[in-house]
Amino acid sequence: MSESRQDSGTIEGTYVFDGAQSSKGYRLNKFFFSLNRAENRAAYKEDPEALMERFGLSEWEKRKLREKDWLALAREGGANIYFMYKMGSVTGDSLQHIGAAFRGETLEEFLSTRKVKGAR
Amino acid sequence: MGRIVAGIGSSHVPAAGAAFDQGKQNAPEWKPLFDGYRPAMDWLRDAHVDVAIFIYNDHGSEFFFDKYPTFAMGVAESYAPADEGWGPRPLDPVPGDPGFSWHVAESLIRESEFDMTVCQELSVDHGLLMPLPLLWSHQPQWDIRVVPVAVNVVQHPLPTARRLWKLGQALRKAVESYPRDIRVAVLGTGGLSHQLHGERFGFRNEEWDRSFMERIVSRPEELVDLTHHDYMVQGGAEAVEMIMWLGMRGAMSPEVRLVHQNYYAPMLTGMGLLLLEDTASS
Repeated sequence: MSESRQDSGTIEGTYVFDGAQSSKGYRLNKFFFSLNRAENRAAYKEDPEALMERFGLSEWEKRKLREKDWLALAREGGANIYFMYKMGSVTGDSLQHIGAAFRGETLEEFLSTRKVKGAR
Repeated sequence: MGRIVAGIGSSHVPAAGAAFDQGKQNAPEWKPLFDGYRPAMDWLRDAHVDVAIFIYNDHGSEFFFDKYPTFAMGVAESYAPADEGWGPRPLDPVPGDPGFSWHVAESLIRESEFDMTVCQELSVDHGLLMPLPLLWSHQPQWDIRVVPVAVNVVQHPLPTARRLWKLGQALRKAVESYPRDIRVAVLGTGGLSHQLHGERFGFRNEEWDRSFMERIVSRPEELVDLTHHDYMVQGGAEAVEMIMWLGMRGAMSPEVRLVHQNYYAPMLTGMGLLLLEDTASS
């Protein structure tokens, strides 16, 4: 069977990272990717606005990052989760924090749905 | 000639790499995972594997979307642990095997028409490094050489499940046409069920995971026929990386012996381990 194009609308709560999303999220993901370097992590901690500016983020992107609106960043902004979760290294938000926000839950509410809360 | 002696499917969860570095092997929340790898490590030591071909994916550590290879492979002397955002893991660079790797590149590209991106510098992230020290000793130095084969399972369009299966078959051809005696393990990493984004974050499906681990041993063609959409519906969007296990299985003999398996799903991801013995070589 040949692969048809994926329709990101067909799985609820899922935003398939396809060409359209990747084009839209290009600058954002490049900004997240920069956090692989210690000097950029230090620069963010020193002055987050300056690093966001350096990567040419739009006003909407900057605002959503300040608000930690992870769902909007992934859904409308084209942020890829493997890149976006690197934000945790400078903000302290774990993948579970981000995930709970995706679900509209607190961290505690999300962890209560897991079998072993410490395995993270 | 080269011989494939083992195939391994393994999850590659970054939190487990951090737990390993923090010495949490016996912590109650991690023990069921780490204990599950011990029989595999023991068996592999006795199997005297020289080189492990790792079919894995990068997670925004080495490759960016400015140029995103569908299939890339390393031909380097060694592979440094990547900085994934929290500093590189405290592990020595993993030795490579340039001679064998270039042979594999020649065979894949010329004989099997897989157009690999060939990398002489490549840092490796949890896609390779999480399972590696659980399967081969890293002290006092690494007891294994690796050939990383990186697959795009992040930015759609992705290679199909069937394409991974064919990549596995091509890898077998490459190994068996190597003139020197070399014992090879092929690994596919990733999965099992998990979804890491959107309102469906946290989705898991243990029934699907167990069925996948059973079918890949005896009825892998059923899994080869599935679409990415099938994998994402059954296992969660990020579980589409399970197709990399088919690369491993495609490299194996049609009949395999199940040596060992483990499954543990404490948090976000169904973490599977499968060790198969190639029956053509036993």
